Amino acid sequence: MLHPLSTPKSLADRPEHSPSSPLSVHDMTVAYQRRPVLWDVDYDAPSQSLIAIVGPNGAGKSTLIKACLDLLPRASGRVEFFGKSYRESRHMIGYVPQRESVDWDFPVSALDVAAMGRYAKIGWFGRVSRRHKDAARECLARVGMADLAHRQISQLSGGQQQRVFLARALAQDATLYFMDEPLAGVDAATEATIIDVLRSLRSAGKTVIVVHHDLPTVPQYFDHVLLLNTRVIAAGPVSGPESVFTSENLRRTYGGRLTLLDQAAEAVARARGG
Amino acid sequence: MIPTLREFLAIDLAAIITACLCALACAIVGNFLVLRRQSLLGDSIAHSVLPGLAAAFLIVGSRGSVPMFVGALIAGVLSAILSEGLRRFARVEAGAAMGVIFSAMFALGVLLMSLPRMRSVDLDADCVLNGVLETVIWTADASRGTRVPAVWSDLLDPGVLAGAPSQLLTALVVCGVVIMVVLAVFKELTLASFDSALAGALGFRPWLLHTVLVVLAAAASVASFEVVGSILVIAMLICPAATARMCTSRLRTQIALSGVFAILSVLIGYLLAGFGPMLLGYHSLALSASGMIAVAAGALLTGAIIFSPSHGLLARRIRTLRLSVAIAREDLLAMLYRVEESGDARSLTLHHARLALGGGLTTKLAIRGAIRRDQATTTPGGLALTDSGRAAARALVRTHRLWETYLVKELGLRPDHVHRSAMELEHHTTSAMADTLASIVPSTTADPHGRPIPGDRPRGNPPE
Repeated sequence: MLHPLSTPKSLADRPEHSPSSPLSVHDMTVAYQRRPVLWDVDYDAPSQSLIAIVGPNGAGKSTLIKACLDLLPRASGRVEFFGKSYRESRHMIGYVPQRESVDWDFPVSALDVAAMGRYAKIGWFGRVSRRHKDAARECLARVGMADLAHRQISQLSGGQQQRVFLARALAQDATLYFMDEPLAGVDAATEATIIDVLRSLRSAGKTVIVVHHDLPTVPQYFDHVLLLNTRVIAAGPVSGPESVFTSENLRRTYGGRLTLLDQAAEAVARARGG
Repeated sequence: MIPTLREFLAIDLAAIITACLCALACAIVGNFLVLRRQSLLGDSIAHSVLPGLAAAFLIVGSRGSVPMFVGALIAGVLSAILSEGLRRFARVEAGAAMGVIFSAMFALGVLLMSLPRMRSVDLDADCVLNGVLETVIWTADASRGTRVPAVWSDLLDPGVLAGAPSQLLTALVVCGVVIMVVLAVFKELTLASFDSALAGALGFRPWLLHTVLVVLAAAASVASFEVVGSILVIAMLICPAATARMCTSRLRTQIALSGVFAILSVLIGYLLAGFGPMLLGYHSLALSASGMIAVAAGALLTGAIIFSPSHGLLARRIRTLRLSVAIAREDLLAMLYRVEESGDARSLTLHHARLALGGGLTTKLAIRGAIRRDQATTTPGGLALTDSGRAAARALVRTHRLWETYLVKELGLRPDHVHRSAMELEHHTTSAMADTLASIVPSTTADPHGRPIPGDRPRGNPPE
């Protein structure tokens, strides 16, 4: 039993977290304007799997990813990757933000964007050498965008833009990937390409955590699911005897009824002047 | 009156070089402000120069250029920090936050300037606002052994160089620093401007890069305020970058072009201010050079919006016209084909063709284009297809009828609803797409209206 005031060296020392997990989230709370968006999230991601984060709008799916990557401040909680902090494991983590989060009129080519995935390897002040350009080009080829490498990004379709983002993540050559709605609003061909790439990543021993909107395709595309609505409703395999992808869990995730805890949260926010 | 070389070197040269260096520094930084949609940040920083200068004078007690520069720089960076703080904590949009901060900072500057201690200084709000490029001149000072250049080779003389105006030296240093910093962190600045989330995730500290950009913008503004004034400096930050943005979709090219446009604005503006009135016959009139430089920058932007070969209004109009002429020409060919097909012995008269195509310039160009391409000829009765025109027309009519069949059979539309859609689609269908269409609707030889679908190659004699 740990002393209440002692901080364990690593989450992996705690019995509820596994040291081999690519992502361990412990008791994470994130708040905007004092209103909790994520509350007491505990999660261990299984390695070598495709994981869907599923939940209604405003459930905190993107927030979970951003808070894990230190892009948003956490009110409390710890996040570890393979038992280490984000700062130490940054080079092992790839990130695909939502497509709408950037200005696609920006004067760069598809190849320029893909090459951005190599920047962490290049480091501060370094040049993008031919070797890195070739690596970026190879990643574009893996998503079927080799011919459009020199196209300015505003001249690409939505699906092609999403592929460029995926190529950029591939160029990061990570072990764990976070992707924020890579399948939102893409054409069928792009969806098939992206799923192929995700599967090849899994067979190469990597883990991919994807914010996903389309419930019917969850069992078809993913191994594990994290049902999220401010709190973790359930997390586990999508099929088999231990499946958590059940109608009961989905109802709890998407159910509009205010729980007692939600009412309490409202009251707290009001009392603090939020 | 054309100045002599001596006058030019002593009076104009320093002003032109200083203005060019300032404009170049502003333009390079401006590219990133424009791309981040933070153009107003430049305005905010430029307006904060006044309180910075006044405060620096009050603290140091002299009008030395180093304390003045540092004071203005700190005020500029402070205004950016305050705007960001206001945006975050007052929960207002970025534009509103900047508007509040820069007017407050400027008001503070005006207040400081009205203090009795400031009255004696030759630092008036007017010069800070509008710039006095005319005061940037070479000075001769016998005690320091400096002199004014008289011939070109004097510019290599240490004595002459030592007498260079302080504004020129400031501009040179700032421009050099801006170029070096942007070259050093070009990749990082680009990433943080395009996708600050990824920049953060990769460990490139977007806030640090943002601060670097703010400091560079502040340095460029402070160096420029004496040249073009703190109000017009916004034109130097934004216009060249916006002009370059109209001409290219490559960031490196854009930055290089913005530098060219910045220097062009200075040269055009300076020349027009000095000699413009004279050319118009007003010999005693001299215009503000700084004002004219900003006007020239604005004129270049206007020119680019209209005439840019890639993104300009004119180019876009021409592309649209070309497309509609091509479509009208294809419609004409298809119409001639249908007349031949109907077996009507009369040929299509020019008058009817014009009516059917809607008339106007587009129709005229379309008919002329069809004749020039040897696809149609004029006959005594009107217009007729040539052999090559008939082949093109057959392909078009085939595509049209394939589309009609597809829309009816595959999409279940009613036959009387599909003609207009097919008219649209036929102009944008490649031959590969037409073959795919033909494979989807095989074993069909007639369209939903019962008319034959021509084969993809001429078969037998053309219909007479």
